[in-house]
Amino acid sequence: MKILVAVKRVIDYNVQIRVKEDGSGVVTDNVKMSTNPPDDNAIEEAVKIKEAGKAKEIVAITIGEEKAQETVRKALAVGADRGIHVKVDNVIEPLAVSKILKKIVEKENPDLVFMGKQAIDDDCNQTGQMLAALLNWPQATFASKIEVKNNALEVTREIDEGLETIQVNVPAIVTCDLRLNEPRYASLPNIMKAKKKPIEQISASDLGVDINPRIEQIKVEEPPKRKAGIKVASVEELVQKLKNEAKVI
Amino acid sequence: MSVLLIAEHNNKEVRPFTYNAITAASQINEDLHVLVLGHKADDVAKSLSEVPNVKKVIHVDNEIYENYIAENYTSAIIKHAENYTHIVSSANTFGKNLMPRIAALLDTSQVSDIIKVISEDTFLRPIYAGNAFATVKSNDKKKCVTIRPTSFDPADKSGGSAEIVKSDPAEASSLTKFLKKEEVKSDRPELGTARIVISGGRGMQNGENFKLISDIADKLNAAIGASRAAVDAGYITNDHQVGQTGKVVVPDLYIAVGISGAIQHLAGMKESKIIVAINKDGEAPIFSVADYGLEADLFEALPQFLSELNKLNTIQK
Amino acid sequence: MSREVMEYDVVIVGGGPSGLSTAIKLKQLNPDINVCLLEKASEIGAHILSGNVFETRALDELIPNWKELNAPIKTKVTKEKFLFLGKQKSLSWPTWLLPKVQQNHNNYIISLANLCRWLAEQAEGLGVEIFPGFPASEVLYNDDGSVKGIATQDMGIDKEGNKKDTYEPGMELHAKVTVFAEGCRGHLGKELIKRFELDKGKNPQQYGIGFKEIWEIDEKNHSEGLVMHTAGWPLDNNTYGGSFIYHAENKQVFLGYVIGLDYQNPHLSPFDEFQRFKTHPDIKKIIEGGKRISYGARALIEGGIQSLPQMFMPGALLVGCDAGTLNMPKIKGSHTAMKSGMIAAETIYEHLTKNLNLSTYEQKFKESWVYKELHEARNVKPSFSWGLILGILFTGIDQILFRGKLPFTLKHKHADHEAIKPADKMPKIDYPKPDNVITFDKTSSVYLTGTIHDDNQPVHLKLKDPDLPIKYTLEKFDEPAQRYCPAGVYEIQDVNSVQKFVINAQNCIHCKTCDIKEPSQNITWVTPEGGGGPKYGNM
Ligand SMILES: Cc1cc2nc3c(=O)[nH]c(=O)nc-3n(C[C@H](O)[C@H](O)[C@H](O)COP(=O)(O)OP(=O)(O)OC[C@H]3O[C@@H](n4cnc5c(N)ncnc54)[C@H](O)[C@@H]3O)c2cc1C
Ligand SMILES: Cc1cc2nc3c(=O)[nH]c(=O)nc-3n(C[C@H](O)[C@H](O)[C@H](O)COP(=O)(O)OP(=O)(O)OC[C@H]3O[C@@H](n4cnc5c(N)ncnc54)[C@H](O)[C@@H]3O)c2cc1C
Ligand SMILES: Cc1cc2nc3c(=O)[nH]c(=O)nc-3n(C[C@H](O)[C@H](O)[C@H](O)COP(=O)(O)OP(=O)(O)OC[C@H]3O[C@@H](n4cnc5c(N)ncnc54)[C@H](O)[C@@H]3O)c2cc1C
Ligand code: SF4
Repeated sequence: MKILVAVKRVIDYNVQIRVKEDGSGVVTDNVKMSTNPPDDNAIEEAVKIKEAGKAKEIVAITIGEEKAQETVRKALAVGADRGIHVKVDNVIEPLAVSKILKKIVEKENPDLVFMGKQAIDDDCNQTGQMLAALLNWPQATFASKIEVKNNALEVTREIDEGLETIQVNVPAIVTCDLRLNEPRYASLPNIMKAKKKPIEQISASDLGVDINPRIEQIKVEEPPKRKAGIKVASVEELVQKLKNEAKVI
Repeated sequence: MSVLLIAEHNNKEVRPFTYNAITAASQINEDLHVLVLGHKADDVAKSLSEVPNVKKVIHVDNEIYENYIAENYTSAIIKHAENYTHIVSSANTFGKNLMPRIAALLDTSQVSDIIKVISEDTFLRPIYAGNAFATVKSNDKKKCVTIRPTSFDPADKSGGSAEIVKSDPAEASSLTKFLKKEEVKSDRPELGTARIVISGGRGMQNGENFKLISDIADKLNAAIGASRAAVDAGYITNDHQVGQTGKVVVPDLYIAVGISGAIQHLAGMKESKIIVAINKDGEAPIFSVADYGLEADLFEALPQFLSELNKLNTIQK
Repeated sequence: MSREVMEYDVVIVGGGPSGLSTAIKLKQLNPDINVCLLEKASEIGAHILSGNVFETRALDELIPNWKELNAPIKTKVTKEKFLFLGKQKSLSWPTWLLPKVQQNHNNYIISLANLCRWLAEQAEGLGVEIFPGFPASEVLYNDDGSVKGIATQDMGIDKEGNKKDTYEPGMELHAKVTVFAEGCRGHLGKELIKRFELDKGKNPQQYGIGFKEIWEIDEKNHSEGLVMHTAGWPLDNNTYGGSFIYHAENKQVFLGYVIGLDYQNPHLSPFDEFQRFKTHPDIKKIIEGGKRISYGARALIEGGIQSLPQMFMPGALLVGCDAGTLNMPKIKGSHTAMKSGMIAAETIYEHLTKNLNLSTYEQKFKESWVYKELHEARNVKPSFSWGLILGILFTGIDQILFRGKLPFTLKHKHADHEAIKPADKMPKIDYPKPDNVITFDKTSSVYLTGTIHDDNQPVHLKLKDPDLPIKYTLEKFDEPAQRYCPAGVYEIQDVNSVQKFVINAQNCIHCKTCDIKEPSQNITWVTPEGGGGPKYGNM
């Protein structure tokens, strides 16, 4: 089997983001960037499947500006075999990302595409499902357990009510939850080796897909600050207020 | 123009977030239709027809809809899509799984997880885990929108009488098979989804004292949270931690007991609808975000709180 | 224990200005020398915190065309001010009366972290292998006692010291020469200085703690290129310290405070002094209406040449602040750190090609402009042990009249940790509560640093005697760790009158102050898992 894993470069999850004063977005200059956390889980799972002898090749792909390559490099350091970097200069929407991924899938013919369930910057939670639709492949989203069966996967999904298990035929798209596994560290020797693994660069414009935005971002602002409410004098008053004023108990 | 809302249900009952989504959908346009895809889900269709905000219920009954499979749902929804300007669902695991699949087939860029309807094409949505709000305008002809349920009140459930129209199923997908669903049954709701969370901090002094918290949690059917200081001190395990490095919770009611309100803790709970703080230090920062602050010793306040709750004849669960 | 081994000509520990300059210079001298540089931060620059008013002298020598290469050095110093602060008032000191070393025209206001990111790009372009996220945790020695290289930290060890599923053993990097460029109070540098007795015959080393905040301020208060320093309030006459306020690009000011760690009063809280300083009317008016966007702290090394250890040893060299090349009266250490690295590179090159002894480093260093600079500056810091007023008077005479050429050298008498006096002998200090507009508490400050450490790893702040904090330090000194740590790592928790010493290691911003100031030297800072610590942006 061949597994394609999509990895996205986002602002590191420990960095406190700052909204630009002019409302055009958030500050990204001199900000530490990292791989989108669940994408690390996606890579890890692919590597585990390969280590178990059930996959032959792992290809990591990212779509983004020049520096997005770092994310592919990191994927190569933890076990991906080669990388693809589709260069785009502007921010593109999940629909466009999935159209690009579709082209790559047609070219690479993977049996599985693994991705994160959600990117922590835009929190869209769309790309995997969209790609599945465009390819007419089955989708298994929010995976917390994956078992490779004969030409199919048995996937346990984290849903609101608990856990759901479905079977999807291969080829399939899986989007990974943080609970799927614990990603390994990139070791120094593997980082060194990763520097020598190939990354193919493709320009998005060569793929002939429409990546123009459909959604206009009118403004980005800080969430309103919460204001202090009142102090109550006694527990009785508190319970009364919760019952009759806030109506939450 | 009309709005089509996809109902979430278990063939017997409507799942509660559907009512929140109805509120949001009817703010986009009043001509709101609800699609029920299910198997022997007549009760569901009927309940929804009684919601005053709903103008029409489309009911598709077929065994392929007994379990929710996005692939099967999608083909049925696409069949109806041409009559609508907006397709809407809640942004929980149900809607998140489903809507992008629909959007992609309609060649529409989806707007995810909105918290406010500004106009029929402009919405407010949180990005960066709620650390920024983006106002976005969709220029697609057809709009696919998911709704953060906790940002909208549930719609009234009775008083309406919309017509129920039966419709035919679409083709089933053979690619995906439902195997099983395990509802996590625990004595207590999960921290991430509980309607009420009560958390203890370092002020609890030790693990045994968390009993004061769990007694109240039992009474309110609440989940139990904690500050990192309480976790580090070993009072409670780290899966209860709320905050920057713990869980982010957005309950209707969050009760912080003996928690100072460090910014890393607030990062995990400040979007809660109602915040209560119980702290003996009147200047603790938690009071600056609390709707109701009680300046008191928790060892006196908590037992009193429990006995006051016991006096109430009804408690919402 | 079997660890993988890699061989290099040169391994450099630390990606600050000194380490990066060493790497670049080596590759310029001979592109075939293979050079590896390790950095504990998750990326180059993420642990760099500095003022910074930058003197380009060393960079001019290293990369003369830095302007063409678009180095992030843009804002020229245009104006200077020096204020003595009283509680409410201030006295402006004419800048022409400032010692020459404290004058800054020709210098630039920069972010040193960004300069390091740029230097790292230059180094990588020359073929240096840079590995961020890999702390060097251990020095390796040959049988003859010479330095063989270093080992990187094991990853994936849990709190109790057991291996987790993700365990990844460290790696040994062996080198013909290992360069230690860890900056102030490097934890391996400290070990080497002790082992090879490099500080024999030198004065005890002196340190300070430096805070920095970046504010985005109102346009009308901003004056790009303005450099301002203050002395005086809120510190008393016996505490050495002062502030800097640099007006950088994009309506930002870099606002900072440095306090000598030889302060005596255990009740003193450097963090709160800094916060209080901002409430002075002359300071407040600058930042009022603005927004604090970054915070951080880092120790700096102030001993000068009296305390400068021998910088070579078999198989290894010390460069930059790991040795102590900062020029204290200038409060500048970047250019001297860079130059020391460049001299180290020349030494190594000759060592590798002509087999010259590494000891020639010291000789070259003595002949360079860095040494001259440090020599002229040598009496400033010790004179302040007589108090602010006498210190300033002396400095005026020493630096303005004699240009540092007085024929004697003042001594540093004590190590900083010895300076602290018993709590009951010193006045308590009542600090005002933060207003969350101009002044803040430690937790919300640490929040801005982006600091994180995996919580399931061994605590990286080691206590030699775990009972000492409660048994002795609390009673005698009111446990000053609660106050000198700028990140709130140390707390005394009181549960039903039983006191416990709590270490919130996850908060640590790697400033090294505890390692320096703990009165009994009971705390040792060691490297945590790679990538942990702050994630500074343009600090
Ligand atoms: C209204 C709007 C405003 C936007 N504004 C900004 C902005 O201000 N700044 C900005 O940076 N972006 C912005 N974008 C960004 C853009 O949409 C994203 O780059 C991207 O297309 C996907 O969104 P997501 O990552 O949230 O998708 P998700 O569907 O949440 O991503 C899920 C998974 O898809 C994969 N994936 C997604 N994108 C990529 C990629 N580029 N390469 C490889 N794999 C990928 C990953 O595996 C990821 O885990 C905006 C988008 C919209 C709709
Ligand atoms: C990188 C990083 C990540 C972090 N992540 C998190 C996180 O995810 N979650 C989190 O919570 N923290 C986190 N923290 C820690 C955070 O900064 C605080 O240290 C922590 O939240 C404090 O917990 P606390 O309020 O319980 O303790 P304290 O700050 O010690 O407060 C205890 C409070 O209890 C009150 N009290 C004491 N006794 C009584 C009594 N008898 N009756 C009533 N009140 C009483 C006191 O007045 C005080 O306000 C993080 C810190 C860092 C640096
Ligand atoms: C508040 C403040 C203001 C200052 N203002 C100025 C100024 O205006 N002008 C000026 O010229 N200088 C100024 N300085 C001094 C200047 O910052 C230092 O002299 C300079 O940074 C020293 O460079 P360095 O390379 O020796 O060490 P550092 O810059 O400290 O770099 C050391 C690097 O090594 C890394 N490291 C440490 N240990 C390890 C390890 N074991 N393994 C891997 N990596 C490790 C660190 O993370 C760091 O990145 C100021 C300093 C402070 C604190
Ligand atoms: S623990 Fe030590 S090194 Fe870490 S921030 Fe505190 S004083 Fe600095």
